[in-house]
Amino acid sequence: MMCRKIFLPIALVIFVLPSLSGADFKKGDKLPDLASFKLEGPLPKVEGQVVLLDFWASWCDPCKASFPEMEKLHKAFAARGLTIVAVSVDEKQENMQRFVKSTNVSFPIVRDAQQKLVASADVKAMPTSFMIDRAGKIRFVHAGFHGDQTIKEYRQEIEQLLSEKN
Amino acid sequence: MRLTRTSQSIFRAILIGGLLALTSGCVTVKPWQREELADAIMQPDRNPMQSAQIDHVYFSREAASGGRTVGGGGCGCNN
Repeated sequence: MMCRKIFLPIALVIFVLPSLSGADFKKGDKLPDLASFKLEGPLPKVEGQVVLLDFWASWCDPCKASFPEMEKLHKAFAARGLTIVAVSVDEKQENMQRFVKSTNVSFPIVRDAQQKLVASADVKAMPTSFMIDRAGKIRFVHAGFHGDQTIKEYRQEIEQLLSEKN
Repeated sequence: MRLTRTSQSIFRAILIGGLLALTSGCVTVKPWQREELADAIMQPDRNPMQSAQIDHVYFSREAASGGRTVGGGGCGCNN
């Protein structure tokens, strides 16, 4: 009887708690307040905007390919209400800065130095991007960057979300 | 509800197995934690062209099957 009293809580800790720890971002979820994750760098205003939230790293090759394309999207759609927030998960700030300097992009870039936001999003690949509507709801998720296919999907989704009323 | 002796033993075995699994040191590296793994120095075959050349020289000279799944009779003519 004593054994049961001791073992049951231990078993709960071992088997149940780890499965509860992951809280990933899914379609239909509300985007949490980005300011609460203590990101490095100035966060742009995202309220009422269509947001492309992109998790990237300087060591990730597909991220390098995605940056020029995101810059094109930024130039094409920013005036109509698209905000790109590129979140670096680099552990070293200088790696991020070197990458940003080499790509020469103009959309906002922040660093998730403590990797809290990315852990909360629980992304399954690098890069991963989330398309968020004007109401702050996650509408589309892209795991990885697959060149023309991803760009085509981005454009369609941005057009759709921009055309929706708030 | 009282557990029988058999079910108690099974329960204990599962619990001890779980504890042992936790002490194994195995972790899943998350995609955003792969900075070190993504480094070129971590690649077993950093220069495929160079590896192919070394393999070719090796099996041509040694007339051996090579250590990297190449094969040949030593004439160096099967490329």
